[in-house]
Amino acid sequence: MATTTRKKKTARKASTSGRVSAETLAKGQREISVSEFFAKNRHLLGFDNPRKALLTAVKEAVDNALDACEEAGILPEIHVRLLQKDESRFKLTIRDNGPGIVRAQIESIFGKLLYGSKFHRMKMSRGQQGIGISAAGMYGLMTTGKPVHIVSKTSRRKPPHDVVLKIDTSKNRAEVVKEKEDPKSDSLFPGGTGTQVVIELEGRYQKGRQSIDEYLEQTAIANPHAQITWITPTNETIEFPRAVDELPDEAKEIKPHPKGIELGTLIQMLERTESKSLSAFLQDEFSRVGQRKASELAKMADKLSSKTITPRSRVSQLGHAEAECLYKAIQEASIMAPPTDCLVPIGSRALLAGLLKEVQAEFFAAATRPPTVYRGNPFQMEVAIAFGGNLSSEESSRILRFANRVPLLYQQSACSSFKAVTETSWKNYGLTQPRNSLPVGPLVVLVHMASVWVPFTSESKEAIADYDEIRKEMKLALQECGRKLGTYLRRRKQMKKQSERRGIFERYIGEISTSCHAIVGTDPKKLYEALLKQATRKTREADQKLDLDGKIVSAKRLEQDDDVIILEERQVTMQEDGDEGLFDNDVVTTTKRKTRKKSKKKKKKTS
Amino acid sequence: MAKKKTTKKSAKKTVRKTKKTSKVRGGAVSKQRDKKTIGKIEALATSVAKSGLAQREPKIEIPIRSVSNMKYNAKKRILEMGSSTQQRELFNVGQARKFMQMLLVSKGCKDLIQAEKTLSLRGMYYMTLHTIEGTSEKTFNEQSESDTILEDLEVTIDGLREELHVFAKKRGTMVGNITVIDNGDEIDCRRMGTGGYAIPSICEPSVIQFKNCDADFILHVEKDTVWSRFNEDRFWEKHNCILTEGSGQPPRGVRRLLHRMHMELGIPVYCLLDCDPWGHYIYSVIKQGSINLAFESQRMAIPDAKFIGIRAEDYDRCKLSNDVKIALNERDITRAKQIMEYPWFAEKRPWKKEIKTMLGNGFKMEVESLITKDISYVSEVYVPQRLADGDFLD
Repeated sequence: MATTTRKKKTARKASTSGRVSAETLAKGQREISVSEFFAKNRHLLGFDNPRKALLTAVKEAVDNALDACEEAGILPEIHVRLLQKDESRFKLTIRDNGPGIVRAQIESIFGKLLYGSKFHRMKMSRGQQGIGISAAGMYGLMTTGKPVHIVSKTSRRKPPHDVVLKIDTSKNRAEVVKEKEDPKSDSLFPGGTGTQVVIELEGRYQKGRQSIDEYLEQTAIANPHAQITWITPTNETIEFPRAVDELPDEAKEIKPHPKGIELGTLIQMLERTESKSLSAFLQDEFSRVGQRKASELAKMADKLSSKTITPRSRVSQLGHAEAECLYKAIQEASIMAPPTDCLVPIGSRALLAGLLKEVQAEFFAAATRPPTVYRGNPFQMEVAIAFGGNLSSEESSRILRFANRVPLLYQQSACSSFKAVTETSWKNYGLTQPRNSLPVGPLVVLVHMASVWVPFTSESKEAIADYDEIRKEMKLALQECGRKLGTYLRRRKQMKKQSERRGIFERYIGEISTSCHAIVGTDPKKLYEALLKQATRKTREADQKLDLDGKIVSAKRLEQDDDVIILEERQVTMQEDGDEGLFDNDVVTTTKRKTRKKSKKKKKKTS
Repeated sequence: MAKKKTTKKSAKKTVRKTKKTSKVRGGAVSKQRDKKTIGKIEALATSVAKSGLAQREPKIEIPIRSVSNMKYNAKKRILEMGSSTQQRELFNVGQARKFMQMLLVSKGCKDLIQAEKTLSLRGMYYMTLHTIEGTSEKTFNEQSESDTILEDLEVTIDGLREELHVFAKKRGTMVGNITVIDNGDEIDCRRMGTGGYAIPSICEPSVIQFKNCDADFILHVEKDTVWSRFNEDRFWEKHNCILTEGSGQPPRGVRRLLHRMHMELGIPVYCLLDCDPWGHYIYSVIKQGSINLAFESQRMAIPDAKFIGIRAEDYDRCKLSNDVKIALNERDITRAKQIMEYPWFAEKRPWKKEIKTMLGNGFKMEVESLITKDISYVSEVYVPQRLADGDFLD
């Protein structure tokens, strides 16, 4: 929509002696386009170094693809391919099965910075500013001179259009280099619609932390409804299969909440509004303001103002001073919290499904907090944890951070979620945790923030800003998961102790029986069996005592929890052996076991 | 089964004549004693088996061997074990292993007694050592484990180590005006050369008898080095005494022998030990018995034993050089204070004074320090002087 422009003074020093006239100076002053500004400040968008640039390009394209598919109600299928042309040059191809882009929009979407559908609305989506994909294209053009190649098909009946775009950085506009309708590309979109973007850019591909691989893996966790295929520069194909066959509910768009805006924004809104009266303006432009609330706000503003303000005051008559009074009134008034049905959390089940397929652990738990508000913006926190299994127990735990389903890979320690994890006392849940740092152990913590406006610390969307309300919610969710983990760990310890105890007794009973036989001739078999019977009884008694103390939550409760998944390797092998394992034997009685087997959420990893 | 074994073993024994004669001599007594010991072991096993079969928790009651369960009998002037006991239970994670070990050692001792043989502590360790079936766990991880279990068994069935046919490593030496009969062999301790007679671990009357003794007293020294000095100087000959040594804390054999010689032959015992808490405690063990083996004090303690030295005052009295001082370390100081608090020391003023003087000096001295005066100062001047003056600590 609007092309925001910025003016910047570029003073030129006079070459000759004496003063320079205003006219001379004016010659050097000209408008600079946003594109130019960002071309010089690429680090603000996440293109600081070749490796990060590559990741950012993938990230922007995948985010856009996922957003497009979801808005169109299509289960996303995304192909990502990276071809290495020479040492530092790559060709990135990203294809989705989304709705496609109508021809007329292509230039604007891919060629203009700050063009998008997402900036001006209050709706939960991955992209926010409308900078991402065009910036990636621009980066490619700048580093390799190659234009962006887009193929898009919007309907089964129409052939795909094939456009090659070049961005003019000085004009913030795209130039079409080549254009054709190409039925040959139909094979790219078996679903009938979709978009493919090819960007050639400079970069460096490297696996490990903060890599494309990690990004896609985490995207797969937070988007279990997406199917992602990734072909690496070494021509390896990695599939991230779909784990959930349902699309997340569509997020509703909401109007801004009065408490969420600043004075400047309020003045701007007053200038732009089409409403005539103050009352109408408040009701039309904001959420949670009805007729009564509008009158109340006007009344409060009137008290603060020298000029009379009534609900029927003309908006056009309100000056700067009145706007300030109105702003103060809004801050003082109590206004109902914004609606939260605009938020679509991933959901505990989907989170667990996502973690389950990408993380090889033995214990999984998830918690979704009810929605709340920071600065008038509704948001919702979700946390999931995975523990044990193949995770490393020596290192400190890993945090997977997400904002509106987008993985955040950089600036972990600046992120609110990092602070929330370190401030949570994991010792209470049976983990070791050095002072002011992450807990140590085979633990993966996933933190997801869903909001209509995620407060990032910078444009490159790397860390969530540290608002108290946000951190508090994160901690509450972390604690909920932590408690479940604690319960599980105590139970596991208890079970280990119990089997150890039985083991000890059983081991020594044999020796005792034979010794007694040797000394006084007691039948060793009889004695062994009698002692064994006692040993079994004794261990069971000890366990029950612990149950009654309430220290050990019964196994059933944890297993009936929908937000918990336990993969018990031991359990699996024992059932395969046809052996009645210690675990089964003790925790549930036979009749109960049958019913439990049906509901058991024992999912083996498919791949 | 047991009977078969005995006949087999006795058949073997005929080969060694001397041994057989000794067996015949002490035989009647020891046979009867062995029978009694086996009875006690069997009673222990029966109680375990019975409660096991009756679905009761098998327990063994063991008298506690620690300071808390030890009393000083002021009348008898010895340490005695109190009546507190502890339960050793099978169905207790911390005790199960020890419970099992106890039965293994019981079984080992019974087999040993029935075979009419004796074994060293180390031998007993090996006899009961095996890997528990179906596991990689050994019944005992080291000898010290089986040693403690054996001591537990001794107090539990109220039978001594000797009665269980187990002996410790030989330690301690004797020389002097006495002839003993050791397992039938006559040993003249006047003719033992430089090495001396090695005091056996078991010094029960069934093994050792005294033949003739002219000695007036027994001089017990702490270590072998000092003993050699006295032996080379023929001290025992000149002063008509018996000279013994216990390699530090005297083992049970040495203490039993001293006790028997003191009681049966009626000769006094004098101790020459280092001037440090360690030496003081050795004296205490000889005199009142040890805390760990308080149950044996009756048979080992010599309440009339006297402490010759060396004493804290000797540094000034003998004008020793500055070099012999060994500074007391922190552990020495705490130990000294501990010893001073023991009731059998606490009630004796001279002893309190002695320890206080040592603490005041801030250093300890070894018997060997007297060598700085003259090689034979200790045997030719120091001890004779003390004996002549009758200057002892009691």
